[in-house]
Amino acid sequence: MSALLSVDGVSKRFRGLVAVDRVSFEVPEGAIFAVIGPNGAGKTTLFNMIAGELSPDGGAIAFASERIDGLAPDQVCRRGIGRTFQLVRPFPALSVEDNVIVGALLRRNNVDAARAHAHDVLRRLDLFDKRGQRASGLTLPDRKRLEVARALATDPKLLLLDEVMAGLRPTETDRIVAVLRELNRETGLTILLIEHVMRAVMALASRILVLHHGAAIAEGSPESVVRDPAVIESYLGVEAV
Amino acid sequence: MIARFIEGVPRRALILSAILLALLLVAPLFAGDYVLTVLILALYFSYTGLAWNIMMGFAGQLSLGHALYVGLGAYTAAALYVHFGVGPWIGLMAAAPIAGLAGAFIGFLAFRFRVAGVYFAILTIAVAEFARVGFEHLSWTGASAGLFLPVAQYAHNDLWHLRGHPAMFYYILLAAIVLAVVFSRALLQSRIGYFWLAIREDEQAARASGIDTFRYKMLAVMISAAMTSFAGVIYAFYYNNLFPDQVFGIEQSILIILAPFVGGVGTLFGPILGSFVLETMAEGLRTLLAAVGVDLPGTNQLFFGVLLLFIIIALPEGVWPWFSRRFGLQERRK
Repeated sequence: MSALLSVDGVSKRFRGLVAVDRVSFEVPEGAIFAVIGPNGAGKTTLFNMIAGELSPDGGAIAFASERIDGLAPDQVCRRGIGRTFQLVRPFPALSVEDNVIVGALLRRNNVDAARAHAHDVLRRLDLFDKRGQRASGLTLPDRKRLEVARALATDPKLLLLDEVMAGLRPTETDRIVAVLRELNRETGLTILLIEHVMRAVMALASRILVLHHGAAIAEGSPESVVRDPAVIESYLGVEAV
Repeated sequence: MIARFIEGVPRRALILSAILLALLLVAPLFAGDYVLTVLILALYFSYTGLAWNIMMGFAGQLSLGHALYVGLGAYTAAALYVHFGVGPWIGLMAAAPIAGLAGAFIGFLAFRFRVAGVYFAILTIAVAEFARVGFEHLSWTGASAGLFLPVAQYAHNDLWHLRGHPAMFYYILLAAIVLAVVFSRALLQSRIGYFWLAIREDEQAARASGIDTFRYKMLAVMISAAMTSFAGVIYAFYYNNLFPDQVFGIEQSILIILAPFVGGVGTLFGPILGSFVLETMAEGLRTLLAAVGVDLPGTNQLFFGVLLLFIIIALPEGVWPWFSRRFGLQERRK
């Protein structure tokens, strides 16, 4: 399998603080790849460098064999990377449907075609019946799913998910997990997720990278990572094993 | 095309619009000179409100200096007419691109260098003020002494040279409003409209959805500016005299944003409703005060202030959203 996303020695400093320190990893096409680590480990900074919100101070990021570090977020999205925000950011005054149409219009000029595509995506995420509601009136789980729907509507090859399970009840988590697995299986969508909810990570990820103080301390299959003494020490705690 | 245009609009809203349009069409036949003047003013600010609305109501970019585009439109057309005898419609062909370029200049400065929100609004005021001061010293257009169009008695209305009875200006403005509403709705129903709303709602999320926000904000400013310049052309040929502090002044800019604020920013009918509410109520108040023998300068401004306060407190979304909900005129989604 070739790497769809390759992160090579990427660093980011905020004044004196090294938020991400020479992190390297590769996400193969069709994989579900998770980045975990305690708060402040640099997960979101890493994520924002891939999505184009921040540009790295060193290292290189390549997507489908092209350099993307330093590109603007909209350019990154047009290359085929869809993202969600940790603190959800739907377009509040727009309807659920219109939120997703905005995403769908990225690769469609025709609004009717975009609407049809948006409907498909909404059905997949169980939001079709709520398509007429204003996004600002949705519950948190619905807004999280709307965030995923909008990103999916841009037809990404790689979906970046920033803690979409945080704050959800276990049943809602399982629902999103099921949707993501289905997407991955049926459409071959590659997924990179940052997640705190280990229940979701273990159910989804084929490979896990563990960050601690900005550095990668472990990478491997879920089974091997959760047994890694360094990971237990820094993040999971002894009870988790 | 037409089917798509009225898609989702309740029948009673269509009927109401048709009745309103019919009333507006016959109004000059029954209105006296005074009432006609008030109606022209209401139409004028309906139109400028619609033009301003594209930038703020759709794309979320607050302009407090729209007088700039009125002034550029007015002065371009008037100067071409006075100096070269070029008619206003040809003048508009020059005025609209000039205003559009001025908008592009402000937009480029702001959006390239991340000047946003309040600072963007201040920049729009600053450029309008620059233009005002500049035109006060530009002798080719009469400087601060003003630019005057030749006035004579005309036997009939000359639509090509915009010389004639006020009713002619009334109908031109009415036609412009109908076109502006159709144009605005067409924009909202297209890709560009969705992208504008996304930018207005959350620019960062819009960028993350792949929208080239710089490009679409530039388009909003340029379209809005070019549309506004037409109001300037009408202003010049209706009043026949231009003074920089009037057309470019901050008061003109404030009057432009008042109507959409009262009627509902971002709505199609808000600017029109707001303008008519403001003008008719202000004139009604003046007539009432005159009847009881009170003649105070500044009653209009005071009244606008009080009305604006009331709107902000009671109907922060504007009169139109409340009105359309109340009477079931809201658009329905499939």
